[in-house]
Amino acid sequence: MKTTYREAMRAAIRDALQRDERVFLMGEDVGAYGGCFAVSLGLFEEFGPERIRDTPLSESGFVGAGIGAALGGMRPIVEIMTVNFSLLALDQLVNNAATLLHMSGGQFNVPLVIRMTTGAGRQLGAQHSHSLEGWYAHIPGLRILTPATLEDARGMLWTALEDPDPVLIFEHGTLYNVAGDLADDAGPVDISTAAVRRPGKDISLITYGGTLPAVLDAATQLAAEGIDAEVLDLRVLRPLDDAAVLGSVARTHRAVVVDEGWRSGSISAELSARITENAFFDLDAPVGRVCSAEVPLPYAKHLELAALPTAERIVAAAREAVGARG
Amino acid sequence: MSGTSARGSGSADSDHTRHLLHQMLRVRRLEEQCVELYSAAKIRGFLHVYIGEEAVAAGVMSTLAPEDAVVATYREHGHALLRGVSAGAILAEMYGYVEGCCRGRGGSMHLFDAATRFYGGNAIVAGGLPLAVGLALADKMSGRSRVTACFFGEGAVAEGAFHESLNLAALWQLPVLFCCENNLYAMGTALARSESQTDIALKAAAYEISSWSADGMDVLAVEEAARRAVDAVRAGGGPHFLELRTYRFRAHSMFDPERYREKTEVSRWMERDPINTLRNALETAGQLTEKDWKKIQQDVDAEVKAAVEFAEAGTLEPVEELTRFVYSERSPQ
Repeated sequence: MKTTYREAMRAAIRDALQRDERVFLMGEDVGAYGGCFAVSLGLFEEFGPERIRDTPLSESGFVGAGIGAALGGMRPIVEIMTVNFSLLALDQLVNNAATLLHMSGGQFNVPLVIRMTTGAGRQLGAQHSHSLEGWYAHIPGLRILTPATLEDARGMLWTALEDPDPVLIFEHGTLYNVAGDLADDAGPVDISTAAVRRPGKDISLITYGGTLPAVLDAATQLAAEGIDAEVLDLRVLRPLDDAAVLGSVARTHRAVVVDEGWRSGSISAELSARITENAFFDLDAPVGRVCSAEVPLPYAKHLELAALPTAERIVAAAREAVGARG
Repeated sequence: MSGTSARGSGSADSDHTRHLLHQMLRVRRLEEQCVELYSAAKIRGFLHVYIGEEAVAAGVMSTLAPEDAVVATYREHGHALLRGVSAGAILAEMYGYVEGCCRGRGGSMHLFDAATRFYGGNAIVAGGLPLAVGLALADKMSGRSRVTACFFGEGAVAEGAFHESLNLAALWQLPVLFCCENNLYAMGTALARSESQTDIALKAAAYEISSWSADGMDVLAVEEAARRAVDAVRAGGGPHFLELRTYRFRAHSMFDPERYREKTEVSRWMERDPINTLRNALETAGQLTEKDWKKIQQDVDAEVKAAVEFAEAGTLEPVEELTRFVYSERSPQ
């Protein structure tokens, strides 16, 4: 069937609400408004205000309440409008959700799913555009998902709800309108492995989330030049699927990591380090990186575009890595 | 400063009052033991003792049912003990032993116990309030008539999480009992130096939450206030808020030189020691004999002694298990 990323996500939420009466959606404007990005549009009318629960603008309060409700036997899906707003709930996420199982010696797990929009590309300026999923991937106790395809938008949520521990799902804002075909019987998918989106033998382009379309575009352009790029979609930023990353590098001997986060202290830095630590002798070239410029994301379209990883920059980085062939 | 009077003349009442005295003494002696063990370097990290404030936990806990939930702070040894966590498991936790209630992963500030629905032990001031709201939300959505009691100090009142939580609980009419242990100092900062409005019950009232203050040095007053509130919460009356006015006799932690308060202030409050006050009142009313008091002390001393022995015999979790409990040991399906 024809669908969009937004509709696939909505179908996943509806499916979860129908499957399990412990599931409810809670967040700012998820109900009467229909969701800031219209993901939950129509669900309020279908499931009512108890299960599609509008909250005040209290990120710390309702994220913490989600943790408490999860401890109390519910399976909450908490929506945070954007990753920048999640900073208001950092205490609850890092000091409670990620630590309670450990501090309690294994007694209290937190089966909570938190969804939030991430990323730039929509001229929303520096307080709605950042890509902080790599930050969250720093935290032991959390699982970090970055669905980039319709299948993952449709399938990751249910598996995340079955996870006994907190899962954060980052939905890139530019993906919501992506349209395509989705199998009628599309359902839950695994939330532990990376996926090869395009096999290739000359270079591994490693990415996730919102930059996957640009990377696939770059791979097409590279193919026209005779460079056969493999595109690896990480899907999960914590725990990282090391085997998939190292396996791809072992096949291609070259890697460029594409990450919309800033370069310094980023998930791309972590990937580069792991490849260098574990596959140094497989490499025919230094690991390349294409990241966002280290500025708060600007509003002006040309400046925002100049700050972000684009297919053009990815192609250039791949050419450089391949050109470095000994 | 009114003294506690032993209320009721029936033997059931006096039995219960003696029970509360016993409960407070259990906390007092355990805490004194903790201080001693800290000085002996058996306990490390931060240690915050509850000495002086025992009437609050004893009075509130006495009104809760086993199916209720408790969320507390980093000064929570007494709450854990009175909720039913054994003194041995508490001390072993502080020793860092696997026999501790959290296998030594939590320590003094992070006591947890699933069996008694004791949800910590939270060392972020006001960090537990949103959890309590969520626990209550789960109960309300599931149609259960359970109460979540949430303890926090008056310092928490300055945090945003306090206001967000009170608003959510009131907005959604959730079964939370907020228990503000107002001991007048947030670490070393006096209430009047941190709050423009020092009447804390008034802040809760602003959220349309039924709230009142009680003398936190009088266990019977605390219990009476808590019983009224718990009954109302359980009956579906929405959140309630108690401001329990109390005082910390000891330093904030073992590192606190107490530059911020006068010794005379401390000694004035110590004249209102909740244990001595209740004991005197019971004796005056003829409801506590020398023999009764001796028996209570003997029981408490034996309990604490056994707890120390239990902790002393504890063992270290094998270091190979370091990375356990970061994620559950059941992988996603």
